[in-house]
Amino acid sequence: MTEDPTPSSEERPAGAGQAATLEFREATKLYPSQDDPAVDHLSLSVPAGEICVLVGPSGCGKTTAMRMVNRMIDISDGDILLDGHSVKDRKPAALRREIGYAIQQIGLFPHLSIADNIGTVPKLLGWKRDRISARVDELLELVSLDPKETRDRYPAQLSGGQRQRVGVARALAVDPPLMLMDEPFGAIDPINRERLQNEFLRLQREIRKTIVFVTHDIDEAIKVGDKIAVLQKGGKLAQFASPAELLMYPASKFVEDFVGADRALKRLALQRVRDIDLWKPAKLRVGEPTAEARAKIADSDVPVPLLVDDADRPLGWLSDRALAGERVERDLRSPAEPIVEMDSILRDALADLLTGETRYGPVVDGRGAVQGVLSLEVISNFLHAAPTEARSGAELVQEEA
Amino acid sequence: MRLALIAQSLAPPEKVSSCVRDDGFCPDWIVNHWDEYQSPFLEHVYLSAVTVAIGFVIAFGLALLAHRRRWLTGPIVGITGALYTIPSIAAFILLLPITGRGNTTALVALVAYTLLIIFRNVTTGLQNVPGEAVDAARGMGLTDRQLLWKVELPLALPEIFAGLRIAATTTIGLVALAYLAGAGGLGKQIAAQITFKSNVVFAGGLCVLLAAASDLLILGVQRLATPWQRAAR
Repeated sequence: MTEDPTPSSEERPAGAGQAATLEFREATKLYPSQDDPAVDHLSLSVPAGEICVLVGPSGCGKTTAMRMVNRMIDISDGDILLDGHSVKDRKPAALRREIGYAIQQIGLFPHLSIADNIGTVPKLLGWKRDRISARVDELLELVSLDPKETRDRYPAQLSGGQRQRVGVARALAVDPPLMLMDEPFGAIDPINRERLQNEFLRLQREIRKTIVFVTHDIDEAIKVGDKIAVLQKGGKLAQFASPAELLMYPASKFVEDFVGADRALKRLALQRVRDIDLWKPAKLRVGEPTAEARAKIADSDVPVPLLVDDADRPLGWLSDRALAGERVERDLRSPAEPIVEMDSILRDALADLLTGETRYGPVVDGRGAVQGVLSLEVISNFLHAAPTEARSGAELVQEEA
Repeated sequence: MRLALIAQSLAPPEKVSSCVRDDGFCPDWIVNHWDEYQSPFLEHVYLSAVTVAIGFVIAFGLALLAHRRRWLTGPIVGITGALYTIPSIAAFILLLPITGRGNTTALVALVAYTLLIIFRNVTTGLQNVPGEAVDAARGMGLTDRQLLWKVELPLALPEIFAGLRIAATTTIGLVALAYLAGAGGLGKQIAAQITFKSNVVFAGGLCVLLAAASDLLILGVQRLATPWQRAAR
């Protein structure tokens, strides 16, 4: 930052390279011509480095709320604080230069090269030519574009996905502590959208910005959000929660409907196999005394014993004949499939179970050793039990009894 | 025939050919007299260039004003439109008592004719700037002035140049009538010997050439000024 000639302290991007905290404090937007506010006493706070998704049906005021942050829309009542300071005390142009801004239509300048597009705000801030050029290359690489091939092109010469990346790079140009993104992937086809979302999340792990992300797509919200603010008509906050909380405990009928009837499946997409209580199998080895084996089976959650090798790796499910003699014999009724990994997404594991040989899936750790068994009942129990987790321990005990 | 013509042209000046006597189209006469057209031609260029330049400055200023205050667009189009409909001969004659005979009168009338064309085109150009580019520019922290000069006007250039081309071509044609207001130019040259075909054809031809050349010149400048337009696939 030292070589950056800053004319006044106000022009300098405060906290550049860091993330800012953002707080809506009873923020309200009332248009003079309308009776009902577009955004109604919205209060929520976003910790530094987190993605807050504003989601809701059209007309819920999500975009208005976002645009109030950089004063593209003026706040009628209440306040919005950026790192504890009211945005109302700032000159709009200076404020906006420290806040990254990416919109659905991207809005690249058709008459400027990609390099000049990305360098727009650095140039406004008086960066030197060399520094801008280096930053442009750095940003193009960050968004997975080849600087040599891209920088001198015009926006019309790029594909939609490439333009979208340039839009994100341009929003990141001066390393702003806060980014506003209005349906940034809305105009991209579903396949590329998925890829761009993944890239965006990878990017966010690197840059750790505070991001306000507007979308009407609840699946996108659940995928990218650390916190989700569901807005309903009239700019009222219906719920502000993490994706998992939102799916588990919708605060109202509206949120429940908005989240969708398949919210159970959506929840499975948020959980890993290691996060839930698995069944304990009877792990038997060839040559083990049958009496001991029977004791293990009695103690296990799975009715069928699992044959494992010396390293606890699953070999298959044993038949009744395997236990007919003195010692356990290798007589399998079915192979140990599907084998599920601890780190698998629960939804993927469910798909494996539904298409696999058996409906029991041995769960293995990184070394391949069995840690438990996943079954449809386990998943079903998880989905049903989860809402009760928030109840008191006493209630849980009563239910089990 | 050719040889005869060349022989005629080489003859002493006092000997007037039959072609010239008949007010015909005589290439040899033109070859001998083209230097007489040099100063009317340059005067024509001068009047056209000054007209378009002044007209551009005024119309551009009005367009920027109307861009900030949209309600002004209607009245400006109304006034410049009314000016545009006044027949040029009437305008020259009406202005005579005020500005007298000469270039000034011609310029005042000619400038008035360019205003509507240029104003319309600049305004249309500014209105056609993609809304998302304007929104992005504001969101990135460009001030109104930066937005205008760095985004809106560059993107309006194709329409602005189109306006200049129409204005220049129209003006070059109208300057040919400026002799009615006592100004110079090729029109004066035509009027001086209006029955002599060689004169009318050559002076008129120069007018057409000038219009075509200026059109190409402005188009060339536009190409250089808007490289992004050719880049679009």
